[in-house]
Amino acid sequence: MSNTGVLTMESQKQVLERLRGAFRSGVTLPVHFRLTQLEAMMSLFEDNETQIIEAMHEDLAKPKFEAVLSEIEIVVNDICYAISNLQSWMQPTYVATNLATKLDDCFVRREPLGVVLIIGAWNYPLHLILLPLIGAIAAGNCAILKPSEISRATEKLLAELIPKYLSQECYAVIRGGAEETKTLLENRFDHIFYTGSQSVARCILLAAAVHLTPVTLELGGKCPCLIYGRLDMKAAAKRLVWAKFFNAGQSCVAPDYVLCTAETRDALLPFIKETLESFYGSDPQQSPDLGRIVTDRHWDRLLELLKKSEGKIVIGGESDKKTKYIAPTVVVDVMESDALMQEEIFGPILPILTIKSLDEAIYFVNEREKPLALYAFSDESQVVNTVLERTCSGGFCSNDGIVHMSLPGLPFGGVGASGMGNYHGRWGFETFSHKRGCMMRSWLLERVNVLRYPPYNESNLSWLRWATTAKKKGWAGCSVM
Amino acid sequence: MEKQVVDGLREVFQSGRSRPLQYRKQQLGALHRLITEHQEDIEQALKQDLNRNTYNTSLFELISIENDIKLAESEMADWAAPRPVKKNLNSALDDVYIKPEPLGVVLIIGTWNYPWAMILQPLVGAIAAGNAAVLKPSELSEHSARLMKELLPLYLDKEMYQVVTGGVPETQELLRQRFDHIFYTGSSAVGKLVMEAAARHLTPVTLELGGKSPCYVDKNCDIAVACRRITWGKFANCGQTCIAPDYILCEPSIQDRIVEEIQKTLLEFYQTDPKSSPDYCRIINTRHFDRVLALMNECTIALGGESDRSQCYIAPTVLKDVLPHFKIMQEEIFGPLLPIVTVNGLSEAIQFINAREKPLALYVFSSDKTVIKRMLAETSSGGVTVNDVLMHYTVDTLPFGGVGNSGMGRYHGKHTFDQLSHHRACLIKSFAMEGLNDARYPPLTAARLRKAKFFMQHRLCSCSGICVWAVIANLLAIGLKDNVP
Repeated sequence: MSNTGVLTMESQKQVLERLRGAFRSGVTLPVHFRLTQLEAMMSLFEDNETQIIEAMHEDLAKPKFEAVLSEIEIVVNDICYAISNLQSWMQPTYVATNLATKLDDCFVRREPLGVVLIIGAWNYPLHLILLPLIGAIAAGNCAILKPSEISRATEKLLAELIPKYLSQECYAVIRGGAEETKTLLENRFDHIFYTGSQSVARCILLAAAVHLTPVTLELGGKCPCLIYGRLDMKAAAKRLVWAKFFNAGQSCVAPDYVLCTAETRDALLPFIKETLESFYGSDPQQSPDLGRIVTDRHWDRLLELLKKSEGKIVIGGESDKKTKYIAPTVVVDVMESDALMQEEIFGPILPILTIKSLDEAIYFVNEREKPLALYAFSDESQVVNTVLERTCSGGFCSNDGIVHMSLPGLPFGGVGASGMGNYHGRWGFETFSHKRGCMMRSWLLERVNVLRYPPYNESNLSWLRWATTAKKKGWAGCSVM
Repeated sequence: MEKQVVDGLREVFQSGRSRPLQYRKQQLGALHRLITEHQEDIEQALKQDLNRNTYNTSLFELISIENDIKLAESEMADWAAPRPVKKNLNSALDDVYIKPEPLGVVLIIGTWNYPWAMILQPLVGAIAAGNAAVLKPSELSEHSARLMKELLPLYLDKEMYQVVTGGVPETQELLRQRFDHIFYTGSSAVGKLVMEAAARHLTPVTLELGGKSPCYVDKNCDIAVACRRITWGKFANCGQTCIAPDYILCEPSIQDRIVEEIQKTLLEFYQTDPKSSPDYCRIINTRHFDRVLALMNECTIALGGESDRSQCYIAPTVLKDVLPHFKIMQEEIFGPLLPIVTVNGLSEAIQFINAREKPLALYVFSSDKTVIKRMLAETSSGGVTVNDVLMHYTVDTLPFGGVGNSGMGRYHGKHTFDQLSHHRACLIKSFAMEGLNDARYPPLTAARLRKAKFFMQHRLCSCSGICVWAVIANLLAIGLKDNVP
């Protein structure tokens, strides 16, 4: 192992072998083991809240408020949810059978996959790696965590805390950059869970194809926010501003850009200004509640976008490279071809594009890749329904932003270019499980089985056809008795 | 050409034509008529492709497709309806649900052993979920492929569903196009290539692959009945079934009895000369014939072993005392050879199975519940049938699919619908209850943080208590609005 704590290819293989041995021993199977690990995760948060907040601050200047809500509370909630529901999730689910299979038991067992790899991201460095881990543990797997090397302080904290609280036999943190991740991916895993960009996702899928490893990809894209029709301007502005500038815009589900009419824009802007002032004061750079851009490179990228943009900055625009600060910025008169519309912004810059009709807005959205989230702000339920029916996205929220992902009952994931698979709550458990269809046949009724055996004849076929096609709504069909 | 097909389908899909349930039901009804009106043509094509007789065709292909169609027709409205989920305090008065939506244009690549079921069962789910589809039947079952290409446009909307025929080059060209889902049935080797091609476009895949499905016969069981069921499952379609019991594991003491019982059953099923039985199929082509025949080298033939290359005929064959390193134990047989590997009891059988890739199916025959329990708990496989073979495939409420090397994803019945849909998480809020939101807005105060944490919790929520909590939430929200600095 090198002195930066980064493992060589050989040491990576050793870690993997250790975890595989642990999985094969069956230690992760009993519910008691899984509950103990989940409870240990809870303790990790309870005992280290201060260190966690400090690490978030070091990596992203993340305000305490945001760190608590989006990195601690959301994960702790999911742990509680898993602990209270795990026993029932683990139960086999019996499925409907028909008359022909009345004497048989048919059920679905949820079984662990084996050793899974979870690759985190830097914008919510704890949440995006530990929330999937909850599902992996609950489902009875062993797991390797590969946190993002960009959020260094959190990476270091995870490498220190995970072996302290969780079973070292079954869970390991592997640190490193692109090279180490590449060699890690040459190994065989039973599932790979990746949060990040589309370009890296393609490499991951290619690596997974070599071993036929299933993957979950939580990617990004440009999440549109349609604002149309009659609305409560003040409430809309507050929710939009909160969702956009949370974590300085560095959220995969942040509203990336707004589509609205010129009238709506003009009515909304004063409320946006008012909200920004009430949230961050007259000089946001002094507010302890506004985050910073993660690295110089990302800061440069955002400033470049702003520079190239042909839109008009009506709010904000100030920046300070030394502190990686960019003021909450709103840009209007943005056209489709603008620099701000060519890539996911992932920063505190909100372009507003004007459209003349709802149809135009929907058309605009549908011309682009399916986003991870789509927002529609309107007091008119017909507008909301039209947008919902005529578009596609990972998730959808009307009259608010981001919050749909805090509900553990809802699966969180993308579609198309924004990803595949999902998690949160029970969905995480299901993602990391194999659903094994099982049928326990009775020894009896062998005489009935004769109908399916050769030598074949028409009369047997008629009986079989009758028996399998005669059924009530809700009964399982059975093709062969 | 392939690009034009896919672009055309995408355009029609985007017009929204397949959204209404009525349209989808219409298409399913048409598919049903295709099968019933052309049953004889389908049977004829299968006879030419695999020497399959009409009984087997109905039993193994047409009945499954028809049942899936009927189920989709009657349940589609329920499947496609929004599915409400549990809420937390924050969302007590909101609508929270999962909305199943079509993915777009799906590619369904079929295989030659059950050329109709392997393509049309996924198609039923694709149609029910509101997708457009390209079907690529296997060129090895060429009569079926040709017939499918001819018949489908006569019944289904050809602007939404198209058949593309051809061999490897056409399939490769198709795989270069962008689909919203690829559903592939076939070998693990080609499965990797499909997944690789899909990676370029970040396309999700369902891979129904294969492997060696083990069949453990415990000494405590009704060996006669077990052998009848195994014989049926193994030699139907001449062993060319992805979930056929590939090999038997048993203790040495019962090996001879097993051979004896299989022999009796074979006589009953196919009489003295299976070659002249109308109920026994052939190997698909000479390449596979040669491959399967070569697997018999090194082995001790207990039953059968005869072959006739001119007919691609291989007799139902049982091989005894097979050793783990023999060639026949290194690849999926996919033919009428049944090796018996002896093991000293259940633990060794489990170890043997776990040392190999996870199979698509696993079979265990035993009257001892502890044996069954251990086998289920200590192994992994796509699916399981206990005390029979193949049957878990036939229950459409069970998800059918592989794990590890045997595949990913699942289908049958509602599972196909779900596999080929996007489950969109929806939160429908109003502008009311803004007071509740105040707790999450900056600037941070200890009071705000406490309240924000409280409302995020779902630990206090239960379905029955939701109304009570909604009222309390409302009152608290009003209180918050006044009290938050």
